[in-house]
Amino acid sequence: MKTPLALAIAATAFTLSGAHADEPRHGGTIDTIIQPEPPGLVLGMIQNDPTRKVAGNIYEGLLSYSTDLEPRPQLAESWDVDDDGLVWTFQLREGVTWHDGEPFTAEDVVFSADVFHRELNPSARAVLDHVESIEADGDHTVVFTLKQPFGPFLLSFEAGTFTMVPKHLYEGTDFRDNEHNSHPIGTGPFKFENWDRGTVIELVRNDDYYVDDLPYLDGINWHVIPDGASRAVAYENGTVDVLPNGTVENFDIPRLAELDNTCMTEEGHEYFSPFAMLWMNNREGPTEDKRFRQAVMYAMDREFARDVLWNGLGNVPLSSFGSNARFQHDGLEPYDHDPDRARELLDEMGYDGEEVRLLPLPYGETWTRWAEAVQQNLREVGINVRTQSTDVGGWNQRLGDWDYDLAFTFLYQYGDPALGISRTYLSSNIERGSPWNNVGGYENERVDELFNEAATAFPDEERESLYREVQEILHEDVPVGWLMELGFPTLYRCDVNDLVTSGVGVNDGFKDAWLDR
Amino acid sequence: MSFFARFAQNRGALIGLIILLTIIAMAILAPLLFPESPWRMVQRPFLPPMEVDGFPLGTDTMGRNVAAGLMHGAWVSLLIGLVSTTVALAIGVPLGAIAGYYGGLIDDALMRFTEFFQTIPNFALAIVLVAIMQPSITSIVLAIAIVSWPPVARLVRAEFLSLRNREYVEAARLVGQSNTTIILRQILPNTLSPIIVLASLMVATAILLESALSFLGLGDPNVMSWGYMIGAARTVIRQAWWLSFFPGVAILLTVLALNLVGEGLDDALNPKLARERS
Repeated sequence: MKTPLALAIAATAFTLSGAHADEPRHGGTIDTIIQPEPPGLVLGMIQNDPTRKVAGNIYEGLLSYSTDLEPRPQLAESWDVDDDGLVWTFQLREGVTWHDGEPFTAEDVVFSADVFHRELNPSARAVLDHVESIEADGDHTVVFTLKQPFGPFLLSFEAGTFTMVPKHLYEGTDFRDNEHNSHPIGTGPFKFENWDRGTVIELVRNDDYYVDDLPYLDGINWHVIPDGASRAVAYENGTVDVLPNGTVENFDIPRLAELDNTCMTEEGHEYFSPFAMLWMNNREGPTEDKRFRQAVMYAMDREFARDVLWNGLGNVPLSSFGSNARFQHDGLEPYDHDPDRARELLDEMGYDGEEVRLLPLPYGETWTRWAEAVQQNLREVGINVRTQSTDVGGWNQRLGDWDYDLAFTFLYQYGDPALGISRTYLSSNIERGSPWNNVGGYENERVDELFNEAATAFPDEERESLYREVQEILHEDVPVGWLMELGFPTLYRCDVNDLVTSGVGVNDGFKDAWLDR
Repeated sequence: MSFFARFAQNRGALIGLIILLTIIAMAILAPLLFPESPWRMVQRPFLPPMEVDGFPLGTDTMGRNVAAGLMHGAWVSLLIGLVSTTVALAIGVPLGAIAGYYGGLIDDALMRFTEFFQTIPNFALAIVLVAIMQPSITSIVLAIAIVSWPPVARLVRAEFLSLRNREYVEAARLVGQSNTTIILRQILPNTLSPIIVLASLMVATAILLESALSFLGLGDPNVMSWGYMIGAARTVIRQAWWLSFFPGVAILLTVLALNLVGEGLDDALNPKLARERS
């Protein structure tokens, strides 16, 4: 679903890159932007977005993922599973060395997974909970034995989530206090060179990288520019060549995309596939009534929001599973913009005009405008909405305390319902104090059963039918409002080739990138 | 010479009054001319001014009618200006009167208290107050009142200090009038003219403060105000100049008009000063 603008840009990109020589060439350093400045670069210890972007080029995982989320070899050359879906065997690449020259072996994998991530990394722990044992079989084979089959297991090895860290530097130390944290050592295509706080993070080519010829670039400079307008100017005046998603304000994107020699891609976020949602408090008030929640879905003009606020980038979701999630049920009847239907539902439930509070996401102008649009949509069907503005801290706290009626948020989907979707609906995931769990307070035994069964069902056909049923129930119950799958575009000069080739975009994209100038 | 004649002698004041009356008329007529909510998305976004009938000032980032926003915003701005000034007077006048009339320890205590507020920069304090109380019309009015009463208190105190030993006050005391009566019936009426002049300027400052708060995103998210319109438009200033231009002009004109009127009132209420000045 692209707008004519996006299509035109895509077409330009195609013709321009088609005109170039196809043979990648070596040399050149790319200047880009990291926003905001990451707190540290040791992936596995820190998993926020800026750390993933920079350090995803230093560290690696066992697998990487295509834009269709197909697993591809990275540190693991090949993998195999037994017939029950329980024993996974990974063959590691030979001849891989850490940036300090030590060899990378199966021992590093066991250490990273079983010790390092179990201690530090909540998202890896969610997967490791299903793992019975991790054993090295020789230097280049690792065997994971699961307690029960776990559907998304093969999607869990992305570098940012399941980072391989060097055992010889971390074993037996206090991980958070390790002296090597300030000089990260990975196996990736680029080595850490220098970090001038508040100014630039410099990475240089790893000459001993295990894939011949790669990487093509001599280095990457990640500039830190705190002001949004200055970041746009930095691209306009040629200081930087690549603007990763989230670097410039949304409303600047169409203008920048029309500049000469500028290409834009919406690919490279499939693994995260951020899904914007409207929390609805299922516990009390009008939002407790299913009919009210359905009315909200009919009242909102989501296409308008996408076209006007997000410049046509992104996708209006059908229901609870996004288009990049596996097992999406596409036979559901969409909640189209239908104010009359919304009014009918409100009449039917006998809505009496009780005030409903709306909490916008304090992440900048686009989100504020979006809340205004939703507020107006809801008022037009007769819902008495009052917007409450708040800052990030207040937003976290109010959601954690369930002190809201309607609230904006967005969550990553991580490619598989068991990783990124079920957490929003499982009643076992209701816990006060966090804005990231089942904040809506939705409880449905059947949904719990289906999600839990589907996570450990094997093979995929089994999972598919369970997920279909769960989607039908959710579609009817509307535990949250499904607003939009956000498009996070990457802007770059068209002579930067092969930048976005994976489902995590620039996070590991510079490995294959080359400059045609 | 009548009061109005004296006021009208100041040409600027007359122009200011006309502008101000126009803006008041805008505020009153807003619900009649634009009965729909100014938040309603009615046309395609970024419509330039004078392009489509019914949208003389174009539409904003989300297709909302800028003219409707401007008219409804006039109401909000004037309301906030007037109410917060009234609240500020309600705090400042009694404090200043008591401090000036009684003097001594009471004066010292009250003036130190006033100075405490005066040493904190107005705008910074207003931001903090609104952020703590959550942005809403009430919290904004309160915040503006709280940061703008100290000059009132100081002015009233100074007036009281100079008036409290006049003969008519002594006479009132002599006939046994109570302190409260003297303050309210004898001295206060004689301090009214500087207070009125100050108040007219305070309304202007209050409108500016509200706009600045809204500009920073600390406005009431349920109310369309001029400051909000500029704040929301600043991000697209390169694409759509008219979104920030018209509300900006509206703020400029209103504040200017209030200042001119204030000056005219000053002239009219202090004919002696005015004559000396000219």
